[in-house]
Amino acid sequence: MIGLLAEVPYWGQSLLRVLGGLVAVLLPAGTIVYVFLFKMMSFMQSRLGPMEAGPYGSMQLFAEVGKWLQKEDIVPDRADARIFKMAPIIVLVSTFLLVVVVPFGPDAWFTDFETGVFYALAVSSVSVLGILIAGWSSANKYSLLGGLRAAGQLIAYELPMVLAVMGVVIQAGTMNLQKIVVAQNTGSMFGIDAIGHPYVISQFFGFIIFMIAIQAELTQAPFDMPIAESELVSGYMTEYSGFRFLIFFIGEFATAGVFAMIASVLFLGGWGVPFTWFGWTSIDDVANWMNFAGPLIMFTKMMLLVFFIMWIRFSYPRLREDQLQKFAWKGLIPVALLNIMVTSILKVVF
Amino acid sequence: MIAQNIGFWIIATVMIFAALRVVTTNNVVHAALWLVVVLAGAAAQYILLAAEFVAVTQVLVYIGAVMVLFLFGTMLTRAKIGTESDLNNSYKKLGIPVALVMLVAMGVALVSSFGDEKLPQTATVVSTQEISDQIFGPYLLPFWALSFVLLAAVVGAIVLARKD
Repeated sequence: MIGLLAEVPYWGQSLLRVLGGLVAVLLPAGTIVYVFLFKMMSFMQSRLGPMEAGPYGSMQLFAEVGKWLQKEDIVPDRADARIFKMAPIIVLVSTFLLVVVVPFGPDAWFTDFETGVFYALAVSSVSVLGILIAGWSSANKYSLLGGLRAAGQLIAYELPMVLAVMGVVIQAGTMNLQKIVVAQNTGSMFGIDAIGHPYVISQFFGFIIFMIAIQAELTQAPFDMPIAESELVSGYMTEYSGFRFLIFFIGEFATAGVFAMIASVLFLGGWGVPFTWFGWTSIDDVANWMNFAGPLIMFTKMMLLVFFIMWIRFSYPRLREDQLQKFAWKGLIPVALLNIMVTSILKVVF
Repeated sequence: MIAQNIGFWIIATVMIFAALRVVTTNNVVHAALWLVVVLAGAAAQYILLAAEFVAVTQVLVYIGAVMVLFLFGTMLTRAKIGTESDLNNSYKKLGIPVALVMLVAMGVALVSSFGDEKLPQTATVVSTQEISDQIFGPYLLPFWALSFVLLAAVVGAIVLARKD
């Protein structure tokens, strides 16, 4: 964005960044809800899904948002009103903070953060705070149980997520997401550089662990214990209605989109195509049109990854609480630690 | 006065107000949330000092882990909604002199070690690589010692939690 907008004054750049951030969070969220939640789930269940609003029901989401916005903003009588109102906003803000480090093209980034990966992992853990206080401030036992389950689950699965990313950082030798993209697209495997070196191949175990961990971080089934509707009504969201529920809802799917983007940056080469295709050797050679093609490539990869997340969500039944914790602590974390060890040994050897 | 100084004073004021609310509020969860504001303010100050690695670590460790566990613990055991009357105990008065002594000690330490020294106006960001080179080079022994302390804490927690 710096290269493109060198002549734009600072306030203009900031405004564009804010607008870009809104688009980068809300557009994927809307698309994910329509394509996967409305249509794909319906087709998997042999029904059509929404068909009335707009062609093939494509305007359904606007109708839903309108409905939610019209609803009364209800706060339970015995709830802690101020914190109750604050909680969904903390969750959504952490999503917006997350998208800040994701690069969308050679110059199309919000901020070129040297410790990008680390920052993303840190900020994503802030949303736990919002979920916890949402559960507590509702003054409802189901909500509190949901909030506590969510916190336990998110803490447990944050560890394998961090450890899985470590393998990528060791291979790329940097924590800057932009440089990780470049490292994958300029790399080669066994001397063949036709498809670059996407880390999904050499970090396959890391990729699988990361995808399982984000499935749990997003509390999508089979890891949806915190909002298990047959046990806890709706977990920490039970008491929320109207636009505060809408914020949680947007937060859930926007975070799915942003996590999928981060996964595509870490493992699938992000916005880039293998640089040898066009004879580029470094990021400075990359043509300017990549600033427009990059976001589209990124969006495609994101949709592919969200497709897998949703596919699993609609296919598997919920895990039990103890199975869920055992799976993280006794399954994923040891494998992730082993992956780090093997990766660093191979990094030193080669 | 440069912009960073103005930023520092705004954040510092918010931090002091939040710190006072931590000890004066009548609800445990509210106190914990005010503490989150203080810790986030510290992270913001690190960013102003161009120490982004420390800032991110502050968010990850204190807000993302310590405060979440803290809230988790209080909510699991005793957090009521509304005001609680039994939050203050007889050690309240002892706390004030201890806090003052700490303030004076840290102030004296800061002034005597830095005095009138100023940070260079064009501070360069210390890269993460340099930090790791330092940790695994000259500071390797303290780093190891720290990990032993953490290991001891983990073992201690398991011993305390086990029923048999």
